[in-house]
Amino acid sequence: MGSNSVVSNRRMPEKMNCFDLSPNSNSDSEAEEVHVLAVDDSLVDRKVIERLLKISSCKVTAVDSGWRALKLLGLLDDEEEDKSSSSSSDGFEGLKVDLIITDYWMPGMTGYELLKKIKESSSFREIPVVIMSSENVMTRIDRCLEEGAEEFIVKPVKLSDVTRLRDYYMATREIRSAESGINVNKRKLQESFDVSTASSSPSSSSASPPPLFSSPAPCSPSSLDSPTRRPKMTSLDHILI
Amino acid sequence: MDLLSQLRGQIADFSAFLHREGFVDDQFTQLQKLRDESSPGFVVEVVSLFFEDCEKLVNNMAKALEQQIVDFKQVDSHVHQLKGSSSSIGAARIHNVCIAFKTCCEDQNRDGCVRCLQQVNHECIQLKNNLQTLFKLEQQIVAAGGSIPAMQ
Repeated sequence: MGSNSVVSNRRMPEKMNCFDLSPNSNSDSEAEEVHVLAVDDSLVDRKVIERLLKISSCKVTAVDSGWRALKLLGLLDDEEEDKSSSSSSDGFEGLKVDLIITDYWMPGMTGYELLKKIKESSSFREIPVVIMSSENVMTRIDRCLEEGAEEFIVKPVKLSDVTRLRDYYMATREIRSAESGINVNKRKLQESFDVSTASSSPSSSSASPPPLFSSPAPCSPSSLDSPTRRPKMTSLDHILI
Repeated sequence: MDLLSQLRGQIADFSAFLHREGFVDDQFTQLQKLRDESSPGFVVEVVSLFFEDCEKLVNNMAKALEQQIVDFKQVDSHVHQLKGSSSSIGAARIHNVCIAFKTCCEDQNRDGCVRCLQQVNHECIQLKNNLQTLFKLEQQIVAAGGSIPAMQ
């Protein structure tokens, strides 16, 4: 994992420059804001994270519980439909978000439980989830990363944490567009993906690129070995090298 | 020295004092930097929410500690909340008391908890007064035609 004194544990690379592949990346990023779903039971913390995100040019939806987050996403009512892959209601009725940032310790449903529910869902597991916690507990961090969290941020959350997250997800959105060979923004890509899965059989998935944030690509055999390695790292290495 | 310069000097001194004495830490400075034309009242708003929360939690903790049989888990969860929100706004002294308070809860030390609660209450009142002074100075600066400086 690294040093014990690290403030936040993250699986994303330190340097962002290498991800700026598309010549139109700046104008595309400006056109499409990153939409973040923030989950925290503390009103004070919600206000702060909301402000941090807004000032970083992100669109924010802030809720006070995991249940409310799942409901907004459209995950709660569709639990059974998620299990079969031909659901047509997922994504259409729920909120479309690029990133979920959640507090760990919440009454009812913890951030960890929320993370699990999202990663267990076939339609939502692609959405990157970041966990925040006031406590820097190694076992907790490991558990979250193993379950698929992108990053674990120790509170209090700073502006630099948020701008770093935003930059990373804006950049990787460009990567995904580049990977597919079509220079469209993520939302259009998601819509076309949803339409193709909704209306036709599983075999007609040729238009959809392998999602970066989902289960490991076939070319990364070692990605499951260590909890600190992320599948997307090897996919990106594949592009960059 | 004109009024604006005087006020700026006052606020700089007062801010330095608040930091030096540990009433606020860098996180408070961070919050102040999040103000802009679209949200000039952001810090005042968050601080107000914090004190509302604080008052509610202190009352709940007091009630819990008055019981014949104290539910330390309940008290601990209140302390945890206060510890979190105080950290988020940079209320360093309150945050530090909460750390000690948590230990008392874990040790199921009722007297220790009561002492910590008294300290929390004291620190909340002090910080509230101090921040009110700070915000008043800021208002005066704006009224005198200046803009609110960020803390150092």
